[in-house]
Amino acid sequence: MSIIVFAEIADQQFKKATLEAVTYAKMLAQKTNSSVVAVAIGNVSDAGLLGQYGANEVVTVAAADSFNAEVYSDILAQVAKDKAATVLVISNSYAGKSISGRVAVKLRASLATNVVDVPDTSAGFKVKRGVFSGKAFGWVNLDAAIKVLAITPNSFEPQNTGGTATVTAYSGSIAQAQTSVVSVNKVSGKIPLTEAEIVVSGGRGMKGPENWGMIEELANVLGGATACSKPVSDMNWRPHSEHVGQTGITIKPNLYIAVGISGAIQHLAGVSSSKVIVAINKDPEAPFFKAADYGIVGDAFEILPKIIAAAKAAKA
Amino acid sequence: MKNAYFCIPFQGISFMKILVCISVVPDTTTKITFTDNNTKFNTSGVQFIINPYDELALTKALDIAEPAGGTVTVIHVGGAESEPSIRKALSMGATDAIRINADATDAYFVASQIAAVAKTHAYDMILTGRESIDYNGAAVCSLLGEMLQIPSINVITKLDLDGNNVIVEHDIDGGREVLNTTLPFVGSAQKDLCEPRIPNMRGIMAARTKPLQVLEPAAAVSSGNYANFELPAAKSGVKLIDAENAGDLIQMLRNEAKVI
Ligand SMILES: Cc1cc2nc3c(=O)[nH]c(=O)nc-3n(C[C@H](O)[C@H](O)[C@H](O)COP(=O)(O)OP(=O)(O)OC[C@H]3O[C@@H](n4cnc5c(N)ncnc54)[C@H](O)[C@@H]3O)c2cc1C
Repeated sequence: MSIIVFAEIADQQFKKATLEAVTYAKMLAQKTNSSVVAVAIGNVSDAGLLGQYGANEVVTVAAADSFNAEVYSDILAQVAKDKAATVLVISNSYAGKSISGRVAVKLRASLATNVVDVPDTSAGFKVKRGVFSGKAFGWVNLDAAIKVLAITPNSFEPQNTGGTATVTAYSGSIAQAQTSVVSVNKVSGKIPLTEAEIVVSGGRGMKGPENWGMIEELANVLGGATACSKPVSDMNWRPHSEHVGQTGITIKPNLYIAVGISGAIQHLAGVSSSKVIVAINKDPEAPFFKAADYGIVGDAFEILPKIIAAAKAAKA
Repeated sequence: MKNAYFCIPFQGISFMKILVCISVVPDTTTKITFTDNNTKFNTSGVQFIINPYDELALTKALDIAEPAGGTVTVIHVGGAESEPSIRKALSMGATDAIRINADATDAYFVASQIAAVAKTHAYDMILTGRESIDYNGAAVCSLLGEMLQIPSINVITKLDLDGNNVIVEHDIDGGREVLNTTLPFVGSAQKDLCEPRIPNMRGIMAARTKPLQVLEPAAAVSSGNYANFELPAAKSGVKLIDAENAGDLIQMLRNEAKVI
Protein backbone atom coordinates (compact mmCIF):
# COMPACT_ATOMS: atom_id res chain seq x y z
CA MET A 1 0.00 0.00 0.00
CA SER A 2 1.20 3.47 -0.72
CA ILE A 3 0.35 7.13 -0.60
CA ILE A 4 1.25 9.06 -3.73
CA VAL A 5 2.26 12.73 -3.63
CA PHE A 6 2.26 14.99 -6.68
CA ALA A 7 5.55 16.86 -6.16
CA GLU A 8 5.23 20.29 -7.73
CA ILE A 9 8.37 21.96 -8.97
CA ALA A 10 9.12 25.62 -9.70
CA ASP A 11 12.50 26.77 -11.02
CA GLN A 12 13.90 23.24 -10.54
CA GLN A 13 13.10 23.30 -6.79
CA PHE A 14 10.28 21.60 -4.97
CA LYS A 15 7.68 24.12 -3.94
CA LYS A 16 6.91 24.67 -0.27
CA ALA A 17 3.43 23.29 -0.99
CA THR A 18 5.14 20.04 -2.04
CA LEU A 19 6.99 19.79 1.27
CA GLU A 20 3.63 20.34 3.00
CA ALA A 21 2.03 17.62 0.88
CA VAL A 22 4.82 15.15 1.68
CA THR A 23 4.58 15.96 5.40
CA TYR A 24 0.82 15.40 5.19
CA ALA A 25 1.30 12.08 3.37
CA LYS A 26 3.79 10.98 6.01
CA MET A 27 1.34 11.72 8.85
CA LEU A 28 -1.26 9.64 7.04
CA ALA A 29 1.19 6.88 6.14
CA GLN A 30 1.98 6.38 9.81
CA LYS A 31 -1.71 5.92 10.58
CA THR A 32 -2.26 3.46 7.74
CA ASN A 33 1.10 1.71 7.61
CA SER A 34 1.82 2.75 4.03
CA SER A 35 4.87 4.02 2.21
CA VAL A 36 5.07 7.50 0.70
CA VAL A 37 5.90 7.74 -3.00
CA ALA A 38 6.42 11.21 -4.47
CA VAL A 39 6.13 11.75 -8.23
CA ALA A 40 8.34 14.56 -9.56
CA ILE A 41 7.63 15.47 -13.18
CA GLY A 42 10.22 17.63 -14.93
CA ASN A 43 13.65 18.88 -13.95
CA VAL A 44 14.45 19.10 -10.27
CA SER A 45 17.86 19.72 -8.78
CA ASP A 46 17.64 17.45 -5.71
CA ALA A 47 14.90 14.81 -5.99
CA GLY A 48 16.10 13.01 -2.85
CA LEU A 49 15.32 16.04 -0.69
CA LEU A 50 11.75 14.81 -0.21
CA GLY A 51 13.15 11.93 1.87
CA GLN A 52 13.83 14.43 4.63
CA TYR A 53 10.11 15.23 4.77
CA GLY A 54 8.96 11.61 4.83
CA ALA A 55 9.00 10.26 1.27
CA ASN A 56 10.25 6.67 0.97
CA GLU A 57 10.62 6.88 -2.78
CA VAL A 58 10.76 9.65 -5.34
CA VAL A 59 9.80 8.68 -8.88
CA THR A 60 11.33 11.15 -11.33
CA VAL A 61 9.71 11.60 -14.72
CA ALA A 62 11.70 13.04 -17.59
CA ALA A 63 8.74 14.76 -19.23
CA ALA A 64 8.41 18.26 -20.54
CA ASP A 65 8.71 20.83 -17.77
CA SER A 66 5.60 22.62 -18.93
CA PHE A 67 2.62 21.45 -16.96
CA ASN A 68 -0.14 19.68 -18.86
CA ALA A 69 -3.24 18.44 -17.04
CA GLU A 70 -3.87 15.43 -19.31
CA VAL A 71 -0.26 14.26 -19.41
CA TYR A 72 0.48 14.81 -15.73
CA SER A 73 -2.74 13.20 -14.50
CA ASP A 74 -2.05 10.18 -16.70
CA ILE A 75 1.43 9.74 -15.22
CA LEU A 76 0.10 10.05 -11.67
CA ALA A 77 -2.61 7.48 -12.32
CA GLN A 78 -0.08 5.03 -13.77
CA VAL A 79 2.20 5.34 -10.73
CA ALA A 80 -0.78 5.07 -8.40
CA LYS A 81 -1.82 1.78 -10.02
CA ASP A 82 1.74 0.49 -10.07
CA LYS A 83 2.23 1.24 -6.37
CA ALA A 84 -1.23 0.09 -5.23
CA ALA A 85 -2.00 3.57 -3.93
CA THR A 86 -4.87 4.12 -1.54
CA VAL A 87 -4.48 7.90 -1.24
CA LEU A 88 -3.10 10.59 -3.56
CA VAL A 89 -2.05 13.88 -2.03
CA ILE A 90 -2.02 16.89 -4.35
CA SER A 91 -1.65 20.56 -3.49
CA ASN A 92 -4.82 22.63 -4.01
CA SER A 93 -2.88 24.95 -6.33
CA TYR A 94 -4.04 25.86 -9.85
CA ALA A 95 -1.94 23.00 -11.21
CA GLY A 96 -3.14 20.62 -8.50
CA LYS A 97 -6.79 21.49 -9.05
CA SER A 98 -6.49 20.94 -12.78
CA ILE A 99 -5.26 17.36 -12.36
CA SER A 100 -7.02 16.15 -9.22
CA GLY A 101 -10.37 15.70 -10.98
CA ARG A 102 -8.83 13.91 -13.95
CA VAL A 103 -6.85 11.55 -11.72
CA ALA A 104 -9.92 10.80 -9.62
CA VAL A 105 -11.90 9.74 -12.70
CA LYS A 106 -9.05 7.57 -14.01
CA LEU A 107 -8.79 5.74 -10.68
CA ARG A 108 -12.53 5.79 -9.88
CA ALA A 109 -11.47 7.47 -6.68
CA SER A 110 -13.31 9.71 -4.23
CA LEU A 111 -12.22 13.32 -4.61
CA ALA A 112 -11.92 16.02 -1.95
CA THR A 113 -10.40 19.39 -2.79
CA ASN A 114 -9.65 22.29 -0.43
CA VAL A 115 -8.68 19.89 2.38
CA VAL A 116 -7.38 21.61 5.52
CA ASP A 117 -6.65 18.85 8.03
CA VAL A 118 -5.41 15.27 8.35
CA PRO A 119 -8.20 12.73 7.81
CA ASP A 120 -10.08 11.18 10.67
CA THR A 121 -9.57 7.44 10.06
CA SER A 122 -11.11 6.24 13.33
CA ALA A 123 -14.19 4.98 11.46
CA GLY A 124 -13.92 5.11 7.69
CA PHE A 125 -12.11 8.04 6.10
CA LYS A 126 -13.34 11.54 6.88
CA VAL A 127 -11.64 14.75 5.72
CA LYS A 128 -12.13 18.36 6.71
CA ARG A 129 -12.48 20.82 3.86
CA GLY A 130 -13.09 24.53 3.57
CA VAL A 131 -16.60 25.41 2.33
CA PHE A 132 -18.51 28.63 1.65
CA SER A 133 -15.23 30.32 0.72
CA GLY A 134 -13.75 30.17 4.19
CA LYS A 135 -16.98 30.91 6.06
CA ALA A 136 -17.19 27.30 7.32
CA PHE A 137 -15.69 23.81 7.25
CA GLY A 138 -17.28 20.50 6.39
CA TRP A 139 -16.28 16.96 7.31
CA VAL A 140 -16.93 14.65 4.40
CA ASN A 141 -16.86 10.85 4.42
CA LEU A 142 -15.05 9.52 1.38
CA ASP A 143 -16.43 6.21 0.17
CA ALA A 144 -14.23 4.82 -2.60
CA ALA A 145 -11.23 2.55 -1.99
CA ILE A 146 -8.89 5.19 -3.42
CA LYS A 147 -9.01 8.83 -2.31
CA VAL A 148 -7.65 11.89 -4.09
CA LEU A 149 -7.05 14.78 -1.69
CA ALA A 150 -6.14 18.29 -2.79
CA ILE A 151 -4.79 20.07 0.28
CA THR A 152 -4.88 23.81 0.85
CA PRO A 153 -1.44 25.47 0.92
CA ASN A 154 -0.30 26.71 4.38
CA SER A 155 -2.45 24.16 6.21
CA PHE A 156 0.50 22.07 7.37
CA GLU A 157 3.94 23.00 8.53
CA PRO A 158 6.58 21.06 6.53
CA GLN A 159 8.53 18.82 8.94
CA ASN A 160 12.08 17.87 8.18
CA THR A 161 12.63 14.60 10.02
CA GLY A 162 15.89 13.80 8.27
CA GLY A 163 14.90 10.60 6.44
CA THR A 164 16.12 9.45 3.06
CA ALA A 165 14.31 8.37 -0.09
CA THR A 166 15.32 6.16 -2.97
CA VAL A 167 15.12 7.92 -6.30
CA THR A 168 13.84 5.87 -9.23
CA ALA A 169 13.09 6.72 -12.83
CA TYR A 170 9.54 6.47 -14.13
CA SER A 171 9.09 3.58 -16.55
CA GLY A 172 5.49 4.08 -17.64
CA SER A 173 4.23 5.72 -20.81
CA ILE A 174 3.81 9.44 -21.44
CA ALA A 175 0.57 10.49 -23.14
CA GLN A 176 0.40 12.75 -26.14
CA ALA A 177 -0.75 16.25 -25.11
CA GLN A 178 -3.75 17.73 -26.91
CA THR A 179 -2.93 21.15 -25.54
CA SER A 180 0.27 23.04 -26.24
CA VAL A 181 1.83 26.02 -24.51
CA VAL A 182 2.10 29.16 -26.63
CA SER A 183 3.72 31.39 -24.01
CA VAL A 184 4.24 31.65 -20.27
CA ASN A 185 4.36 34.83 -18.26
CA LYS A 186 5.60 34.13 -14.74
CA VAL A 187 6.31 36.82 -12.25
CA SER A 188 9.66 35.49 -11.13
CA GLY A 189 11.08 36.07 -7.68
CA LYS A 190 7.61 36.77 -6.31
CA ILE A 191 5.88 34.47 -3.81
CA PRO A 192 2.55 33.23 -5.18
CA LEU A 193 -0.20 34.73 -3.05
CA THR A 194 -1.75 31.39 -2.07
CA GLU A 195 1.58 30.16 -0.72
CA ALA A 196 2.70 33.33 1.06
CA GLU A 197 3.02 33.12 4.84
CA ILE A 198 2.71 36.86 5.21
CA VAL A 199 0.31 38.99 3.17
CA VAL A 200 -0.03 42.78 3.21
CA SER A 201 -3.29 43.88 1.61
CA GLY A 202 -4.71 47.26 0.64
CA GLY A 203 -8.27 48.43 0.12
CA ARG A 204 -10.05 51.47 -1.22
CA GLY A 205 -8.75 53.41 1.79
CA MET A 206 -5.36 53.48 0.06
CA LYS A 207 -6.91 56.12 -2.23
CA GLY A 208 -5.09 55.22 -5.45
CA PRO A 209 -2.54 52.95 -7.15
CA GLU A 210 0.18 55.54 -6.68
CA ASN A 211 0.12 54.82 -2.92
CA TRP A 212 0.89 51.12 -3.23
CA GLY A 213 4.60 51.73 -2.71
CA MET A 214 4.01 51.53 1.06
CA ILE A 215 2.07 48.28 0.82
CA GLU A 216 4.81 46.77 -1.32
CA GLU A 217 7.57 48.05 0.92
CA LEU A 218 6.03 46.56 4.04
CA ALA A 219 5.48 43.25 2.22
CA ASN A 220 9.09 43.27 1.06
CA VAL A 221 10.54 43.99 4.49
CA LEU A 222 8.43 41.21 6.02
CA GLY A 223 9.14 38.81 3.15
CA GLY A 224 5.48 38.59 2.18
CA ALA A 225 3.18 39.03 -0.80
CA THR A 226 0.70 41.80 -1.60
CA ALA A 227 -3.07 41.48 -2.00
CA CYS A 228 -6.07 43.78 -2.38
CA SER A 229 -9.83 44.04 -1.99
CA LYS A 230 -12.25 43.58 -4.90
CA PRO A 231 -12.96 47.25 -5.69
CA VAL A 232 -9.22 47.84 -5.88
CA SER A 233 -8.82 45.25 -8.62
CA ASP A 234 -12.11 46.30 -10.26
CA MET A 235 -10.72 49.82 -10.62
CA ASN A 236 -7.52 48.34 -12.02
CA TRP A 237 -5.40 49.81 -9.25
CA ARG A 238 -4.02 46.29 -8.84
CA PRO A 239 -4.11 43.12 -10.97
CA HIS A 240 -7.00 40.71 -10.47
CA SER A 241 -4.56 38.02 -9.38
CA GLU A 242 -4.22 39.95 -6.08
CA HIS A 243 -7.95 40.12 -5.36
CA VAL A 244 -8.79 38.12 -2.25
CA GLY A 245 -12.24 37.24 -0.93
CA GLN A 246 -15.25 35.19 -1.79
CA THR A 247 -15.03 35.97 -5.50
CA GLY A 248 -11.25 36.18 -5.52
CA ILE A 249 -8.59 34.02 -3.98
CA THR A 250 -8.96 32.37 -0.58
CA ILE A 251 -5.74 32.59 1.39
CA LYS A 252 -4.47 31.18 4.63
CA PRO A 253 -1.28 32.99 5.62
CA ASN A 254 0.19 33.14 9.11
CA LEU A 255 -0.16 36.91 9.06
CA TYR A 256 -2.64 39.06 7.13
CA ILE A 257 -2.32 42.84 7.40
CA ALA A 258 -5.36 44.68 6.03
CA VAL A 259 -4.85 48.38 5.34
CA GLY A 260 -7.82 50.60 4.49
CA ILE A 261 -10.15 47.65 3.98
CA SER A 262 -13.57 47.85 5.63
CA GLY A 263 -13.98 44.10 6.25
CA ALA A 264 -17.09 43.28 4.22
CA ILE A 265 -18.39 39.74 4.64
CA GLN A 266 -17.25 38.80 1.10
CA HIS A 267 -13.75 40.02 1.81
CA LEU A 268 -13.52 38.28 5.20
CA ALA A 269 -14.64 35.00 3.62
CA GLY A 270 -11.35 34.82 1.73
CA VAL A 271 -8.99 35.76 4.55
CA SER A 272 -10.55 34.72 7.85
CA SER A 273 -8.55 31.47 8.01
CA SER A 274 -5.37 33.53 8.42
CA LYS A 275 -3.68 32.72 11.72
CA VAL A 276 -3.16 36.34 12.82
CA ILE A 277 -5.01 39.32 11.36
CA VAL A 278 -4.03 42.98 11.71
CA ALA A 279 -6.51 45.68 10.68
CA ILE A 280 -5.50 49.27 10.05
CA ASN A 281 -8.43 51.58 9.48
CA LYS A 282 -9.32 55.19 10.28
CA ASP A 283 -12.87 54.19 11.15
CA PRO A 284 -13.07 52.64 14.64
CA GLU A 285 -16.39 51.07 13.64
CA ALA A 286 -14.93 49.24 10.62
CA PRO A 287 -16.16 45.61 10.70
CA PHE A 288 -12.62 44.35 10.17
CA PHE A 289 -11.77 45.10 13.82
CA LYS A 290 -14.23 42.36 14.86
CA ALA A 291 -12.31 39.80 12.81
CA ALA A 292 -8.83 41.03 13.74
CA ASP A 293 -6.31 40.06 16.41
CA TYR A 294 -4.54 43.42 16.35
CA GLY A 295 -6.03 46.73 15.34
CA ILE A 296 -4.73 50.24 14.78
CA VAL A 297 -7.28 53.03 14.41
CA GLY A 298 -5.94 55.92 12.38
CA ASP A 299 -4.71 57.21 9.06
CA ALA A 300 -2.88 54.52 7.09
CA PHE A 301 -0.61 57.13 5.52
CA GLU A 302 0.75 58.04 8.95
CA ILE A 303 0.71 54.52 10.40
CA LEU A 304 2.37 52.57 7.60
CA PRO A 305 5.67 54.53 7.63
CA LYS A 306 5.97 53.84 11.39
CA ILE A 307 5.41 50.13 10.93
CA ILE A 308 7.82 49.96 7.99
CA ALA A 309 10.49 51.75 10.03
CA ALA A 310 9.98 49.42 12.98
CA ALA A 311 10.12 46.35 10.73
CA LYS A 312 13.35 47.56 9.17
CA ALA A 313 14.84 48.28 12.57
CA ALA A 314 13.85 44.83 13.84
CA LYS A 315 15.49 43.22 10.85
CA ALA A 316 18.70 45.25 11.10
CA MET B 1 -8.20 10.53 -28.73
CA LYS B 2 -11.03 12.96 -29.14
CA ASN B 3 -14.33 11.54 -28.07
CA ALA B 4 -16.34 10.13 -30.91
CA TYR B 5 -19.53 11.57 -29.42
CA PHE B 6 -18.47 15.03 -30.44
CA CYS B 7 -18.87 16.27 -33.96
CA ILE B 8 -16.18 18.60 -35.16
CA PRO B 9 -17.76 21.67 -36.78
CA PHE B 10 -16.89 22.40 -40.39
CA GLN B 11 -13.94 24.67 -40.81
CA GLY B 12 -15.11 28.21 -41.44
CA ILE B 13 -18.80 27.49 -40.86
CA SER B 14 -18.92 27.82 -37.13
CA PHE B 15 -22.30 26.78 -35.91
CA MET B 16 -21.26 26.59 -32.31
CA LYS B 17 -23.07 24.44 -29.79
CA ILE B 18 -22.02 25.39 -26.31
CA LEU B 19 -23.01 23.90 -22.96
CA VAL B 20 -22.67 26.03 -19.82
CA CYS B 21 -22.85 24.46 -16.36
CA ILE B 22 -24.70 26.55 -13.80
CA SER B 23 -24.57 26.15 -10.07
CA VAL B 24 -26.98 27.93 -7.74
CA VAL B 25 -25.40 29.25 -4.54
CA PRO B 26 -26.24 31.38 -1.50
CA ASP B 27 -25.91 35.11 -2.14
CA THR B 28 -22.43 36.35 -1.15
CA THR B 29 -23.79 38.35 1.81
CA THR B 30 -25.21 35.19 3.42
CA LYS B 31 -24.25 34.52 6.99
CA ILE B 32 -23.55 30.80 7.00
CA THR B 33 -25.26 28.70 9.70
CA PHE B 34 -26.16 25.03 10.05
CA THR B 35 -29.11 23.09 11.44
CA ASP B 36 -29.85 19.53 12.60
CA ASN B 37 -26.87 19.36 14.92
CA ASN B 38 -24.58 21.00 12.36
CA THR B 39 -25.28 18.41 9.70
CA LYS B 40 -27.25 20.58 7.25
CA PHE B 41 -26.76 24.03 5.74
CA ASN B 42 -29.50 26.32 7.03
CA THR B 43 -31.24 27.64 3.93
CA SER B 44 -33.92 29.54 5.83
CA GLY B 45 -33.99 33.16 4.72
CA VAL B 46 -31.14 32.58 2.27
CA GLN B 47 -31.30 34.23 -1.14
CA PHE B 48 -29.94 32.03 -3.94
CA ILE B 49 -28.14 33.32 -7.00
CA ILE B 50 -26.34 31.95 -10.05
CA ASN B 51 -22.74 31.25 -9.02
CA PRO B 52 -20.89 34.48 -10.01
CA TYR B 53 -18.23 32.63 -12.04
CA ASP B 54 -20.90 30.73 -13.95
CA GLU B 55 -22.37 34.04 -15.10
CA LEU B 56 -19.00 34.81 -16.64
CA ALA B 57 -18.92 31.42 -18.37
CA LEU B 58 -22.42 32.03 -19.71
CA THR B 59 -21.65 35.56 -20.87
CA LYS B 60 -18.56 34.38 -22.74
CA ALA B 61 -20.48 31.51 -24.33
CA LEU B 62 -23.15 33.95 -25.53
CA ASP B 63 -20.52 36.34 -26.89
CA ILE B 64 -19.04 33.49 -28.93
CA ALA B 65 -22.27 31.81 -30.06
CA GLU B 66 -24.51 34.77 -30.91
CA PRO B 67 -22.56 36.34 -33.81
CA ALA B 68 -22.12 32.87 -35.34
CA GLY B 69 -25.76 31.86 -34.99
CA GLY B 70 -24.83 29.18 -32.49
CA THR B 71 -26.70 27.92 -29.45
CA VAL B 72 -25.98 28.02 -25.73
CA THR B 73 -27.60 25.45 -23.48
CA VAL B 74 -27.40 25.87 -19.72
CA ILE B 75 -27.41 22.78 -17.55
CA HIS B 76 -28.05 22.60 -13.82
CA VAL B 77 -28.15 19.71 -11.40
CA GLY B 78 -30.63 20.54 -8.66
CA GLY B 79 -34.22 20.70 -7.53
CA ALA B 80 -37.14 22.76 -8.83
CA GLU B 81 -36.28 25.54 -6.35
CA SER B 82 -33.41 26.47 -8.70
CA GLU B 83 -35.70 27.32 -11.60
CA PRO B 84 -35.72 31.11 -10.99
CA SER B 85 -31.94 31.08 -11.40
CA ILE B 86 -32.22 28.96 -14.54
CA ARG B 87 -34.77 31.44 -15.93
CA LYS B 88 -32.30 34.21 -15.19
CA ALA B 89 -29.69 32.38 -17.28
CA LEU B 90 -32.26 32.15 -20.09
CA SER B 91 -33.01 35.86 -19.74
CA MET B 92 -29.29 36.61 -20.11
CA GLY B 93 -29.60 34.99 -23.54
CA ALA B 94 -29.19 31.21 -23.26
CA THR B 95 -31.12 29.31 -25.94
CA ASP B 96 -32.50 26.57 -23.73
CA ALA B 97 -31.95 24.86 -20.40
CA ILE B 98 -31.70 21.40 -18.90
CA ARG B 99 -32.31 20.70 -15.23
CA ILE B 100 -31.27 17.35 -13.90
CA ASN B 101 -33.63 16.64 -11.08
CA ALA B 102 -31.30 15.51 -8.30
CA ASP B 103 -29.51 16.86 -5.26
CA ALA B 104 -26.08 18.13 -6.27
CA THR B 105 -24.34 16.09 -3.59
CA ASP B 106 -20.80 16.75 -4.78
CA ALA B 107 -18.67 17.69 -7.78
CA TYR B 108 -18.18 14.08 -8.86
CA PHE B 109 -21.91 13.40 -8.96
CA VAL B 110 -22.65 16.68 -10.75
CA ALA B 111 -19.95 16.09 -13.36
CA SER B 112 -21.21 12.53 -13.93
CA GLN B 113 -24.73 13.86 -14.64
CA ILE B 114 -23.48 16.55 -17.01
CA ALA B 115 -21.18 14.08 -18.78
CA ALA B 116 -24.11 11.71 -19.32
CA VAL B 117 -26.01 14.49 -21.13
CA ALA B 118 -22.95 15.73 -23.04
CA LYS B 119 -22.30 12.25 -24.39
CA THR B 120 -25.57 12.28 -26.31
CA HIS B 121 -25.22 15.83 -27.66
CA ALA B 122 -22.42 17.14 -29.86
CA TYR B 123 -21.26 20.16 -27.90
CA ASP B 124 -18.26 21.99 -29.32
CA MET B 125 -17.40 23.55 -26.02
CA ILE B 126 -18.41 23.22 -22.38
CA LEU B 127 -17.83 26.06 -19.93
CA THR B 128 -18.10 26.08 -16.15
CA GLY B 129 -17.24 28.65 -13.49
CA ARG B 130 -13.82 28.52 -11.83
CA GLU B 131 -15.43 27.18 -8.70
CA SER B 132 -18.77 27.17 -7.03
CA ILE B 133 -18.68 29.59 -4.09
CA ASP B 134 -20.67 27.26 -1.84
CA TYR B 135 -18.70 24.03 -1.69
CA ASN B 136 -15.60 25.37 -3.48
CA GLY B 137 -14.81 22.12 -5.24
CA ALA B 138 -13.24 23.74 -8.32
CA ALA B 139 -13.42 20.26 -9.79
CA VAL B 140 -16.25 19.97 -12.32
CA CYS B 141 -14.15 21.24 -15.24
CA SER B 142 -11.35 18.71 -14.89
CA LEU B 143 -13.75 15.89 -13.95
CA LEU B 144 -15.73 16.56 -17.15
CA GLY B 145 -12.55 16.69 -19.22
CA GLU B 146 -11.59 13.21 -18.12
CA MET B 147 -15.10 11.76 -18.25
CA LEU B 148 -15.50 13.00 -21.84
CA GLN B 149 -11.86 12.44 -22.83
CA ILE B 150 -11.33 16.03 -23.97
CA PRO B 151 -8.85 18.71 -22.84
CA SER B 152 -9.79 20.68 -19.71
CA ILE B 153 -8.39 24.14 -19.05
CA ASN B 154 -9.02 25.80 -15.70
CA VAL B 155 -9.25 29.48 -14.68
CA ILE B 156 -9.51 31.00 -18.16
CA THR B 157 -9.03 34.77 -18.44
CA LYS B 158 -9.17 35.03 -22.27
CA LEU B 159 -10.73 32.80 -24.88
CA ASP B 160 -10.49 33.18 -28.66
CA LEU B 161 -11.57 30.83 -31.41
CA ASP B 162 -10.26 30.52 -34.92
CA GLY B 163 -12.22 27.75 -36.60
CA ASN B 164 -11.52 24.68 -34.51
CA ASN B 165 -8.48 26.23 -32.98
CA VAL B 166 -8.77 27.56 -29.44
CA ILE B 167 -6.39 30.10 -27.94
CA VAL B 168 -6.78 30.42 -24.21
CA GLU B 169 -5.06 32.54 -21.60
CA HIS B 170 -5.37 31.23 -18.06
CA ASP B 171 -3.98 31.64 -14.56
CA ILE B 172 -1.17 29.37 -13.44
CA ASP B 173 0.60 29.35 -10.08
CA GLY B 174 2.58 32.58 -10.00
CA GLY B 175 1.59 33.90 -13.42
CA ARG B 176 -0.38 33.42 -16.61
CA GLU B 177 0.01 31.18 -19.62
CA VAL B 178 -1.36 31.06 -23.16
CA LEU B 179 -2.44 27.64 -24.43
CA ASN B 180 -3.48 26.30 -27.76
CA THR B 181 -5.97 23.46 -28.18
CA THR B 182 -8.77 22.35 -30.48
CA LEU B 183 -12.51 21.89 -30.11
CA PRO B 184 -14.13 20.23 -28.34
CA PHE B 185 -12.80 21.20 -24.95
CA VAL B 186 -14.02 22.15 -21.47
CA GLY B 187 -12.90 25.30 -19.67
CA SER B 188 -13.59 27.13 -16.41
CA ALA B 189 -14.15 30.89 -16.24
CA GLN B 190 -12.01 33.20 -14.10
CA LYS B 191 -12.83 36.81 -13.30
CA ASP B 192 -10.99 38.68 -16.07
CA LEU B 193 -12.74 36.66 -18.80
CA CYS B 194 -15.56 39.19 -19.24
CA GLU B 195 -18.11 41.32 -17.40
CA PRO B 196 -21.30 39.41 -16.54
CA ARG B 197 -24.31 40.27 -18.70
CA ILE B 198 -27.29 41.89 -17.07
CA PRO B 199 -30.60 40.67 -18.49
CA ASN B 200 -32.72 43.30 -20.24
CA MET B 201 -36.51 43.49 -20.40
CA ARG B 202 -36.68 41.73 -23.76
CA GLY B 203 -34.50 38.93 -22.42
CA ILE B 204 -36.66 38.53 -19.35
CA MET B 205 -39.84 38.34 -21.46
CA ALA B 206 -38.26 35.88 -23.90
CA ALA B 207 -36.99 33.66 -21.07
CA ARG B 208 -40.52 32.83 -19.92
CA THR B 209 -41.20 30.70 -22.95
CA LYS B 210 -37.77 29.27 -23.65
CA PRO B 211 -37.51 25.47 -23.30
CA LEU B 212 -36.48 24.14 -19.88
CA GLN B 213 -36.18 20.40 -20.00
CA VAL B 214 -36.22 18.39 -16.76
CA LEU B 215 -34.35 15.08 -16.86
CA GLU B 216 -34.14 12.39 -14.23
CA PRO B 217 -30.57 11.67 -13.08
CA ALA B 218 -28.39 8.96 -14.58
CA ALA B 219 -27.02 6.31 -12.22
CA ALA B 220 -23.88 7.81 -10.72
CA VAL B 221 -21.84 7.82 -7.57
CA SER B 222 -20.68 10.74 -5.48
CA SER B 223 -17.37 10.95 -3.65
CA GLY B 224 -19.05 10.81 -0.29
CA ASN B 225 -21.32 12.81 1.94
CA TYR B 226 -20.99 15.46 4.59
CA ALA B 227 -21.02 14.12 8.13
CA ASN B 228 -21.10 17.54 9.77
CA PHE B 229 -20.06 21.17 9.47
CA GLU B 230 -18.34 23.63 11.75
CA LEU B 231 -17.76 27.36 11.85
CA PRO B 232 -14.27 28.85 12.22
CA ALA B 233 -13.25 29.54 15.82
CA ALA B 234 -14.28 33.05 16.81
CA LYS B 235 -11.54 35.61 17.43
CA SER B 236 -11.02 36.33 21.11
CA GLY B 237 -11.17 40.08 20.57
CA VAL B 238 -9.01 42.69 18.98
CA LYS B 239 -5.99 44.15 20.74
CA LEU B 240 -5.79 47.83 19.91
CA ILE B 241 -2.48 49.59 19.43
CA ASP B 242 -2.28 53.36 19.68
CA ALA B 243 -1.65 54.95 16.26
CA GLU B 244 1.15 57.06 17.71
CA ASN B 245 3.02 53.89 18.65
CA ALA B 246 2.07 51.91 15.55
CA GLY B 247 5.63 50.59 15.30
CA ASP B 248 5.00 48.51 18.45
CA LEU B 249 3.00 46.18 16.22
CA ILE B 250 6.23 44.64 14.92
CA GLN B 251 7.42 43.60 18.41
CA MET B 252 4.00 42.14 19.20
CA LEU B 253 3.91 40.16 15.98
CA ARG B 254 7.37 38.89 16.70
CA ASN B 255 7.31 38.18 20.46
CA GLU B 256 3.64 37.62 21.21
CA ALA B 257 1.99 36.28 18.06
CA LYS B 258 5.27 34.79 16.80
CA VAL B 259 4.36 35.16 13.14
CA ILE B 260 7.34 37.17 11.92
C1 LIG C 1 -21.21 39.39 -5.30
C2 LIG C 1 -20.16 40.13 -4.53
C3 LIG C 1 -18.92 39.54 -4.36
C4 LIG C 1 -17.89 40.22 -3.68
N1 LIG C 1 -16.68 39.61 -3.54
C5 LIG C 1 -15.69 40.28 -2.90
C6 LIG C 1 -14.40 39.71 -2.74
O1 LIG C 1 -14.14 38.58 -3.17
N2 LIG C 1 -13.44 40.41 -2.13
C7 LIG C 1 -13.65 41.68 -1.65
O2 LIG C 1 -12.71 42.28 -1.12
N3 LIG C 1 -14.85 42.24 -1.78
C8 LIG C 1 -15.87 41.59 -2.40
N4 LIG C 1 -17.08 42.20 -2.56
C9 LIG C 1 -17.19 43.62 -2.21
C10 LIG C 1 -17.41 43.86 -0.74
O3 LIG C 1 -18.79 43.79 -0.47
C11 LIG C 1 -16.89 45.26 -0.35
O4 LIG C 1 -17.55 46.22 -1.16
C12 LIG C 1 -15.39 45.43 -0.56
O5 LIG C 1 -14.67 44.40 0.08
C13 LIG C 1 -14.95 46.76 0.00
O6 LIG C 1 -13.61 47.00 -0.33
P1 LIG C 1 -12.74 47.98 0.57
O7 LIG C 1 -12.80 47.54 1.96
O8 LIG C 1 -11.41 48.08 -0.08
O9 LIG C 1 -13.45 49.38 0.32
P2 LIG C 1 -14.45 50.23 1.26
O10 LIG C 1 -15.59 49.43 1.72
O11 LIG C 1 -14.68 51.48 0.54
O12 LIG C 1 -13.58 50.51 2.54
C14 LIG C 1 -12.47 51.34 2.57
C15 LIG C 1 -12.02 51.38 4.01
O13 LIG C 1 -10.84 52.17 4.09
C16 LIG C 1 -10.92 52.98 5.26
N5 LIG C 1 -10.08 54.14 5.01
C17 LIG C 1 -10.29 55.18 4.16
N6 LIG C 1 -9.27 56.05 4.20
C18 LIG C 1 -8.36 55.55 5.08
C19 LIG C 1 -7.10 55.99 5.56
N7 LIG C 1 -6.53 57.11 5.11
N8 LIG C 1 -6.47 55.24 6.47
C20 LIG C 1 -7.02 54.09 6.95
N9 LIG C 1 -8.21 53.64 6.53
C21 LIG C 1 -8.88 54.35 5.61
C22 LIG C 1 -12.38 53.30 5.42
O14 LIG C 1 -12.67 53.58 6.78
C23 LIG C 1 -13.03 51.99 4.95
O15 LIG C 1 -13.24 51.10 6.04
C24 LIG C 1 -18.12 41.53 -3.19
C25 LIG C 1 -19.39 42.10 -3.34
C26 LIG C 1 -20.40 41.42 -3.98
C27 LIG C 1 -21.74 42.07 -4.10
